[in-house]
Amino acid sequence: MAGKTLYDKVFDAHVVRREADGTCLLYIDRHLVHEVTSPQAFEGLKIAQRQPWRTSSMLAVPDHNIPTKDLDKGITDPVSRLQVETLDKNCRDFGVTEFNLGDPRQGIVHVMGPEQGATLPGMTVVCGDSHTSTHGAFGALAHGIGTSEVEHVMATQCLIQKKMKNMRVNVAGKVGKGVTAKDIVLAIIGKIGTAGGTGYAIEFAGEAIRDLSMEGRMTVCNMAIEGGARAGMIAVDDTTIAYVKGRPYAPKGEDWDKAVTAWQDLHSDADAVFDLEITLDAASIQPQVTWGTSPEMVVAVSGMTPDPEQESDSTKANSIRAALKYMGLAANQPINTIAVDKVFIGSCTNSRIEDLRAAAAVAKGRKVASNIKLAMVVPGSGLVKAQAEREGLDKIFREAGFEWREPGCSMCLAMNADRLEPGERCASTSNRNFEGRQGQGGRTHLVSPEMAAAAAVTGHFVDVRTL
Amino acid sequence: MEKFTVHTGKVIPLDRANVDTDAIIPKQYLKSILRTGFGPNLFDDWRYLDAGEPGMDHSKRRINPDFVLNFPQYQGGSVLIARENFGCGSSREHAVWALDDYGIRVVIAPSFADIFFNNSFKSGLLPIVLPTEVVDQLFKETAAQNGYPLAIDLAAQTVSTPSGRAFSFEVDEFRKYCLLNGLDDIGLTLQHANDIKAYEAKRRLAAPWLFN
Ligand code: SF4
Repeated sequence: MAGKTLYDKVFDAHVVRREADGTCLLYIDRHLVHEVTSPQAFEGLKIAQRQPWRTSSMLAVPDHNIPTKDLDKGITDPVSRLQVETLDKNCRDFGVTEFNLGDPRQGIVHVMGPEQGATLPGMTVVCGDSHTSTHGAFGALAHGIGTSEVEHVMATQCLIQKKMKNMRVNVAGKVGKGVTAKDIVLAIIGKIGTAGGTGYAIEFAGEAIRDLSMEGRMTVCNMAIEGGARAGMIAVDDTTIAYVKGRPYAPKGEDWDKAVTAWQDLHSDADAVFDLEITLDAASIQPQVTWGTSPEMVVAVSGMTPDPEQESDSTKANSIRAALKYMGLAANQPINTIAVDKVFIGSCTNSRIEDLRAAAAVAKGRKVASNIKLAMVVPGSGLVKAQAEREGLDKIFREAGFEWREPGCSMCLAMNADRLEPGERCASTSNRNFEGRQGQGGRTHLVSPEMAAAAAVTGHFVDVRTL
Repeated sequence: MEKFTVHTGKVIPLDRANVDTDAIIPKQYLKSILRTGFGPNLFDDWRYLDAGEPGMDHSKRRINPDFVLNFPQYQGGSVLIARENFGCGSSREHAVWALDDYGIRVVIAPSFADIFFNNSFKSGLLPIVLPTEVVDQLFKETAAQNGYPLAIDLAAQTVSTPSGRAFSFEVDEFRKYCLLNGLDDIGLTLQHANDIKAYEAKRRLAAPWLFN
């Protein structure tokens, strides 16, 4: 019998029941909750007079609607405020732990979970949010679910699920200097396409992945969903274990030793069989910039926008044309000639301490270019913010002309006041460049924190390695 | 959940690939704490020329005459056809609720994003995968015939055209059973409460740190 993949191991360890057709009841260890996708689920429980199965599995935090400045004024938008207050009330009513607004642990749900050690190797982790794939960086099986499933997990601690297929993406060799986790994952999506991972759990492997810090691994897994895969995973190693150790929700004492022993098995067996394997040469990956309205529309910063006339498939040619039109770009336009209006450093993809350090290193001693209307840095959580301030990163950013904001999702999806105006162009470290994502008519280019900072100080896209 | 057995409805052709859930229901409407009322904001950015905000009177907004949902011949349509990777992006079930609230009962495409596909069944919206050539054919026939309808039979797993041609589609047995009977899957799962408890007891012994 062939060995098991990492995904097989974690999935199989959580099967409560398996029906003849392969439909499984899958046990969920950790359920993260935020204000946007939970109110209807809590309401469903109330209507059916059900109680959550195990509140200790749940951890809630408001993030999407949170303002990033003038927090003393509270949330001024009444609709946003009601949603956050509804989460507070539901958590009180059902006895769910919540890090409220004002708690230093509050932040983007996918930054907060790992930071607290609430995400552990080998766990099943769900959240009503597609970027739950982030937590797969810990060798956990983590994916986004819809609100009905949120209610289902609350009520039963289980999900009804069939096994996905296995894909492995090998990033072989070492990346060059100045090439980041974000560039790796954008290059992967550029290669497999936004639907390339549909139906699969992706395991990211290879030397370039092993070389990444946990922050970098989270960046990669975060965007698995942009490649169509609900779950991205990375095998557990010493980097993983060192990161988890000592965190508030991590096991302690004897439990810690037992856990570490159990986690040693969280990798794919040497003879495991994948339904699909893809290999990228790390050395050939350059800093990436998306030019279009889907994360797969991405090129190296040294490249240019595509030419629809050169595309033989008419559906593809049409989508290139539509994307260029929306983005206000011409065909064959060199990426480094594109000027930007706003810069956003933040989101669950790139708002961890290491991301802020990398961006600050570029900003240090430089000034935001005069054509930039706003360059903002939004830390992923209150704890990241505090750490960055201890290291003096806030000063570096402020001196360079960046705004230093309070933690939250912010302009990643513009549910709060931070947004693009129609036609504005943004260098953003977030994960989606869909039409209108950062504000109606806004134009988003996805880049790494280093590349975003470089765009801020030069006013246009530029290869950060040449600064 | 609403039952789904058979449905015949007029087709709305949305000739786009990678229709994402941000496009289906833009984020400003996700602030709602309700499950209903999203219909007027389905495809909001494409459907209206002005910027929409929650609480507006959407009947007074400027309609985009070039967007297919606003074409007179497609009013009252309940079967949406689209190109590959429909429903990609965010996990927001609000996308399904918006389609449902608008009156869409079936979406047909060559492929769907996983989370959207899964969410659909929970609200009685049937996502149907048909081969690219068949979907292409449906687009052509919809363009050629005013009020072009399709008949969907879930029990038989067929989509039938007015000329009597039937295309069969795959559907998961369990999901089909739940949809046909309008079953609430939480109720079904709780019938296995003892299995869940037994699993938990075993797991607590082996990996107690998971229960902290
Ligand atoms: S930061 Fe962006 S992608 Fe991440 S959870 Fe918030 S809105 Fe979603």
